[in-house]
Amino acid sequence: MEIMSIAQISPDQVIFWQWKFITLNATILYTWIVMVILVIGSWLVTRRLSPTIHCSRWQNFLEVVVSTIRSEIDEVSKGEGRYYLPFIGTLFIFIALSNILAVVPGYVPPTSSLTTTAALATCVFIAVPIFGISKQGIKEYLKEYFRPTFIFFPFHVMGELSRTLALTVRLFGNIMSHEKVIAILLSVTPFFFPIVMQALGLLIGIIQAYIFSILAMVYIASATQTHEEEHEKK
Amino acid sequence: MENVNYIAMASIISAAICMALGSVGPALGQARAVQSALSSIAQQPDERNSLTRTLFVGLAMIESIAIYCFVISMILVFANPFWNFVIKKIGG
Repeated sequence: MEIMSIAQISPDQVIFWQWKFITLNATILYTWIVMVILVIGSWLVTRRLSPTIHCSRWQNFLEVVVSTIRSEIDEVSKGEGRYYLPFIGTLFIFIALSNILAVVPGYVPPTSSLTTTAALATCVFIAVPIFGISKQGIKEYLKEYFRPTFIFFPFHVMGELSRTLALTVRLFGNIMSHEKVIAILLSVTPFFFPIVMQALGLLIGIIQAYIFSILAMVYIASATQTHEEEHEKK
Repeated sequence: MENVNYIAMASIISAAICMALGSVGPALGQARAVQSALSSIAQQPDERNSLTRTLFVGLAMIESIAIYCFVISMILVFANPFWNFVIKKIGG
């Protein structure tokens, strides 16, 4: 079951319901579905938590997920994983679930639309100065833009903007291209090869979610670690 | 009518050239990155975690160049702005 034709690049163009200027397109609908699965699933699991060794299998699963994400963040941010876990973990879990669900027939990942990935990258773009200022103060944070001399100020600003664009287009390009490859393969060689590509898509989806969240963490870490700290370490 | 044919031909050919040239460079770059990462892991297996993470981040950076080319060729083939412009001009 395909709700998008090959010529439609983004699920924004699939409109389910429209009333005046409010439109309900596939991106919004599937984002809501992912959100509902995440919220209800974690509410059901965390309703009865047990502190002992005898815990339910879903609690065990969530503990593995959370502790793995946290140890990864710990390694990048030098042991401050607790501080960044809510933001980075939310990004990872949302992107990973919306990519994994692509094997369900009739589902289009909301991350294959440029609007979703632009919104996620904007979150990172806003979160970097917030974490940086709260960690080292507004004066020290702004000083980073003028290192080593004030000539470098425009290059720092360009870097901030271009890496946000790169985050957006990387996630969108990977997921959208995978959707297109499967759609083209379905029309050329049905039955077998699309399934192999779907299995590859699970791997690609997880890797892209990992890359997105680890890049967000690297950007935040570079904004929060002061220049002096790095100098003393050498 | 001539212009439509020219634009269709030009956009398909340039999409193909964009994809072909744009994937050669990142492929060579990724090959070099993976090669040196593998030899580093073979020399220092203890540093495997940080090497793997840095490798993934670097691969993502290199790969984004190929993704830019891919997005541009998709726009040229499926959502060509010049195509719509010419169609509108002929129709109107």
